[in-house]
Amino acid sequence: MSRLQVNLPGLNLKNPIMPASGCFGFGREYSQFYDLSKLGAVMMKAATGSERFGNPTPRVAETASGMLNAIGLQNPGVEKIIENEVPFLAQYDMSVIANVAGSTVEEYEYVARTFNHTNNVHALELNISCPNVKEGGIQFGTDPSMAAKVTEIVKKASNLPVYVKLSPNVTDIVTMAKAVESAGADGLSMINTLTGMQIHLPTKRPLIANKTGGLSGAAIKPIAIRMIYEVKQHVQIPIIGMGGISNAEDVLEFLLAGASAVAVGTANFSNPLICSEIIDELSITLERYGFGSVEHAIGKAVMNE
Amino acid sequence: MIRKESMKIVSTKEIAKETVEMVLKNSYISENAIPGQFLHILLDGHTLRRPISIADVDKENEMVTILFKKLGFGTEKLSESKVGDVLNVLGPSGNGFEISLEGIHTVLLIGGGIGVPPMYYLGKSLAKQNMNVISVLGFQSKEHVFYEERFQQFSKTYVVTNDGSYGDKGFVTNVIPKVGEFDRFYSCGPLPMLKAITNELFEKEGFISLEERMGCGVGACFACVVPTNTEKGYKKICSDGPVFDAREVIL
Repeated sequence: MSRLQVNLPGLNLKNPIMPASGCFGFGREYSQFYDLSKLGAVMMKAATGSERFGNPTPRVAETASGMLNAIGLQNPGVEKIIENEVPFLAQYDMSVIANVAGSTVEEYEYVARTFNHTNNVHALELNISCPNVKEGGIQFGTDPSMAAKVTEIVKKASNLPVYVKLSPNVTDIVTMAKAVESAGADGLSMINTLTGMQIHLPTKRPLIANKTGGLSGAAIKPIAIRMIYEVKQHVQIPIIGMGGISNAEDVLEFLLAGASAVAVGTANFSNPLICSEIIDELSITLERYGFGSVEHAIGKAVMNE
Repeated sequence: MIRKESMKIVSTKEIAKETVEMVLKNSYISENAIPGQFLHILLDGHTLRRPISIADVDKENEMVTILFKKLGFGTEKLSESKVGDVLNVLGPSGNGFEISLEGIHTVLLIGGGIGVPPMYYLGKSLAKQNMNVISVLGFQSKEHVFYEERFQQFSKTYVVTNDGSYGDKGFVTNVIPKVGEFDRFYSCGPLPMLKAITNELFEKEGFISLEERMGCGVGACFACVVPTNTEKGYKKICSDGPVFDAREVIL
């Protein structure tokens, strides 16, 4: 087995690196920069029951060591994604994870069930943590009983492993993690963005048209690390970690905190080749810190306690 | 095709109030850029790149000229870069003004403020293809005016300032009625200007270049969309645009 390989429910990853949902579209644009088969997996942009146009612009703003976004889950709808986007990704030798979003429990259920109709999606990422839509999204991600309910329903509807994407906008992340684990989640993906705001001085108004947006990028990495570290001590299911990763050292930090694989988001915007470059550097970085494989590093910081 | 390239700064100077002209050297981008495309520039310590339109290209000497206004932290920092510094650039980005000229004899260029630069390379290229070019350039005031003589080299040029301190007083739309007949217009500038122009010139064929705060700049993140009356209902400014048919986008 290669030193970068990681096996998770539904996902046999040749390396633990994947682009994060919403930061990579459906892969087409980045396929002009490198061969996507190099990736362990790809997390597709969120799918909803029907087409969504998203929020008015401006939808992004730069912040210190990060950015705010409020795209609003713009996507062509689950059916069109299966018809037009999944076949494109299926050409590549990597796993495909579909991000499932919705405004109601019924919509989540419908989207999850619809993904049963393709053989080219290997796992679901259940998005109960989008801060940028008026209905659904984050309300499911901040109330443990609602999170458990939607997890249970999606697990029943789908024949794929379900990774629940947790929101950091909660007081107690461990309670949320335990609630979805008990409801049958196969894994966790964490963290989504933190709700933030920037005021534009010339207009004296919030810069983002949606007023609030999700904060991502290097600024949120310590929060992600802390939350993964806390959750790892209380759950058995694997964690896909994300939040401000931009180099191989960051990846190792996530592994040590308890992530079994990682997603790279905002860093794709600064450098479209970032995932490919991190994959190239990861073996050497592991070696430098005394690890023979990715597997050996997972959760080491937690075990060292 | 977009590539990640290094561009060395050959010259940089403030040519009008808060407006910087920078000449960059790179063989791939100078060879491949067409009018209307942009460079997506990453500055040290920043998360998001800055989209800056291409104002001119000198293929022979492998030079690309950009002009930008110091409007925020990013452009302010870019303006502090020195000759010899190397910029991290994605480009050439977006779809430019690559449009058939069949049946077209006279074109009108309408640039407003920092929307003037992409009109320059376009006008120069159109004049080379024997188009009769008319330019209307709008600025806030006299101290903001730039490139008037350069446009005069290939076009009949009208300058208008909002405060009347140079050229005509008012907005570009005040000047358009007096420029005479034209077959097609091209425009870039602030949104209110583009709205006024596309309303006024609805009968005419026209192409406009839009700007928006961008995320990835390659079409993946959906930050910079514009509603359209096409079947899909929207287009992405960074990758479908920034140049659009004036009648297809809803401003």
